[in-house]
Amino acid sequence: MSSETKNTVSTVKVTIDNITIDVPAGTTILNAARMIGGDVTPPAMCYYSKLEGSGGKCRTCLVEVAAGSAADPRPMPKLVASCRTGVMEGMVVKNITSDKVKEARAGVVEFLLLNHPLDCPVCDQAGECHLQDLGYEHGKEGTRYEFERRTFEKEDIGPYIQLHMTRCILCYRCTYVADQLTDNRVHGILDRGDHAEISTHISKAIDNNFSGNMIDVCPVGALTDKTFRFKNRVWFTKPVYAHRDCPDCCGKVTLWQRGDEVLRVTARKDEWGEVCSYEGKPGWICNTCRFDKKSASDWVIEGPANINRHSVISQGHYTGLQKPKETLPEVMGGRAPKLMMDIHDVSEVNKIELSQLPGAATGNDFNSPAAKEA
Amino acid sequence: MGRKLLLEKAHVAGITTYEVYRREGGYRSVEKALKSMSPDQVTEEVKKSGLRGRGGAGFPTGMKWGFLAKPEGVPRYLVVNADESEPGTFKDRYLMEFIPHLLLEGMITSSYALGSNRSYIYIRGEYVWVAEILEKAIDEARANGWLGKNILGSGFDCDIYVHRGAGAYICGEETALLESLEGKRGNPRIKPPFPAVKGLWGCPTVVNNVETVAAVVPIINDGGEEYAKIGIGKSTGTKLISACGNINKPGVYEIDMTISVEEFIYSDEYCGGIPAGKKLKACIPGGSSVPILPANLLLKTAKGETRMMTYESLADGGFASGSMMGSGGFIVLDDSQCVVRHTYSLARFYRHESCGQCSPCREGTGWMEKILWNIETGKGKLSDIDLLWDIQRKIEGNTICPLGDAAAWPVAAAIRHFRDEFEWHVLHPDEAQQRNYGLMHYADPIHVPQPVMA
Ligand SMILES: Cc1cc2nc3c(=O)[nH]c(=O)nc-3n(C[C@H](O)[C@H](O)[C@H](O)COP(=O)(O)O)c2cc1C
Ligand code: SF4
Ligand code: SF4
Ligand code: FES
Repeated sequence: MSSETKNTVSTVKVTIDNITIDVPAGTTILNAARMIGGDVTPPAMCYYSKLEGSGGKCRTCLVEVAAGSAADPRPMPKLVASCRTGVMEGMVVKNITSDKVKEARAGVVEFLLLNHPLDCPVCDQAGECHLQDLGYEHGKEGTRYEFERRTFEKEDIGPYIQLHMTRCILCYRCTYVADQLTDNRVHGILDRGDHAEISTHISKAIDNNFSGNMIDVCPVGALTDKTFRFKNRVWFTKPVYAHRDCPDCCGKVTLWQRGDEVLRVTARKDEWGEVCSYEGKPGWICNTCRFDKKSASDWVIEGPANINRHSVISQGHYTGLQKPKETLPEVMGGRAPKLMMDIHDVSEVNKIELSQLPGAATGNDFNSPAAKEA
Repeated sequence: MGRKLLLEKAHVAGITTYEVYRREGGYRSVEKALKSMSPDQVTEEVKKSGLRGRGGAGFPTGMKWGFLAKPEGVPRYLVVNADESEPGTFKDRYLMEFIPHLLLEGMITSSYALGSNRSYIYIRGEYVWVAEILEKAIDEARANGWLGKNILGSGFDCDIYVHRGAGAYICGEETALLESLEGKRGNPRIKPPFPAVKGLWGCPTVVNNVETVAAVVPIINDGGEEYAKIGIGKSTGTKLISACGNINKPGVYEIDMTISVEEFIYSDEYCGGIPAGKKLKACIPGGSSVPILPANLLLKTAKGETRMMTYESLADGGFASGSMMGSGGFIVLDDSQCVVRHTYSLARFYRHESCGQCSPCREGTGWMEKILWNIETGKGKLSDIDLLWDIQRKIEGNTICPLGDAAAWPVAAAIRHFRDEFEWHVLHPDEAQQRNYGLMHYADPIHVPQPVMA
């Protein structure tokens, strides 16, 4: 220990899963664990460091405090929410080394999935859903729930954001966005208990220029981008960092591309799935950048986005913006291939607008005279 | 006859009016406190009295007052919790309805001790007429100089406001109450910070139950030590009990905490026994949130001692064989009652009242309700009983506020003590639709193993 280097901020020593670290006083257990990183970090489904007041609700981040502090080394009687509990000098925390924590967390995962529709195959969030990750890492296989899952009346909350209330885990993050980023709060929680739902107080009222950030903070597929709806699976798209000079926001985004096409624009995310900060300020983006700038020429492309190597998205190996060489003209010896036939002339399937059918398509739908005529 | 301190005058004709209340000696405690005591001396008397919170947790009131932060230039608040929505509990309503000035008197004296110049009564929305009674009493008190500026020339200002809730049990939880009082959605806050440091509008706040605040009146009038002489051990003074269910005389009783549970149920002074020749099967002694006890464990502790109507004795044996004083809602079940159905209706209540913030409570309460409904309607499985046990265990202690625990405990206690009855429902689904399980062995004397003398 050198006596010359004096800390300006006071730090405290905390031990999490047998790893000791010095953190600034006032840090929460969760943030201390994030400083250590890796498996020691409890999962957080509701806490969002950029949203004041968030956290404490989902209970996935529960940890055991084996010793409260050096001054009072008694253990805490209950598991505590690490996102909302500050560290103390000499505190000893057990996360993955505590069986109590593992069991309680598996319980929380079961609760969160209890009424979840598990419609991942048709959910745009699949592949970047925190609930999928949570279930995979901390849950148990199967469910013991034998009842019908909860449903809600559908609500249209405007042209840009799609609400699937059945998928919502009531983390409240989007309501903090509505409260803290947008100047008119129109969006909040109605009703209580298991029938509580997020809603716009006046339907379709979310037209604030920063409302799109709700999509980025939503850990599940409850709030998704309508302009990206059913366009592609995220793991088939290519995330690249890009920026533009935006008068309203930081203009730093991730473009989700397929070829040259920009399918979706989001804020950039850090390793905890939160929007990145620039010079200490969260990089929220405005709706113009998110929904209106859907052409690669709107943006200055920086290069491939950092994607966690464990993510399914990283399965697409994009290393740069290199277009494959057009080989067709070469192969054809300079001749332009002719379109031989229009696929629609031979396929019956494509004559029917599947989305217009009341239920799943059956043979009858294709064999009916109406279909034949179309 | 036990001693009465709160309800002694409750039935004097016209006591709801200021004139009669004053004539009967009302507002003496305010005079005494404001004219001859410092705020700290008032707090000191409350500490000496051993008064414990009457809202459910039984936390020592003087100690709670002592925790109140007192930063310079920041207002402090006293908020009276009159949300009273726990099934089985209706004592505060009785007090406010029949002797409203007692609450106001207690509030003025307590506000003086705490330095609260604006104090609030947060009243359950359904108590429409009670709120009107209180507002009328406040007007009378103000007209007679007990509220407003410079009360009795002491330099102390105080005003009292009645705030009506909108019908949510969760708004009785003190931090949800404060949120609601601030005009927000009644979600419990995450603690710390505690209200004593950051309460109403971020200022130091004491939240006390109606009965707690009313008890300050006799404490100041007679002195804390005098008050502490009543009762046993740490259960000092008198306690209002709202008795209901299968008893001859349901109602609100003021007991000094020296009588046994058996006496309370069977004596004519109180509940007057079980009607129609039926037998005592079970009882929830402290409002719906506390563990249910079968007759045998209700009347005697697991050690074989007589169970008394005190905080300590009701809790004797912990959750394994005891219960709690809770909020004093005494619910009696006779041998024609079905514990499964009863547990179901409580589960339904908690599911409906959960604020929905934290996932274990939001999802777990609904799950338990559905399983209990299956068992009750003859569609249950034996494994459901273990599943219920597991669910309640995963809710308890893992939530933001004690409503999660309050939802878990009744289910846990019912399974702990009445498992046979649950199993009977599962194994005899048709019969269980026709008749109830009955008393069975639930009143049989419990064998208390004697220590072996060498
Ligand atoms: C779900 C819930 C509901 C509650 N309802 C009430 C109530 O209606 N009245 C009350 O006085 N306390 C109620 N409490 C207890 C309060 O949170 C608080 O402890 C009490 O008002 C403190 O007052 P005391 O110290 O005088 O008991 C409730 C607690 C919970 C968790
Ligand atoms: S919609 Fe999404 S962000 Fe909003 S509360 Fe539900 S899960 Fe959370
Ligand atoms: S325990 Fe239940 S009532 Fe209390 S905060 Fe959590 S969800 Fe709300
Ligand atoms: S992240 Fe801590 S409770 Fe949700």
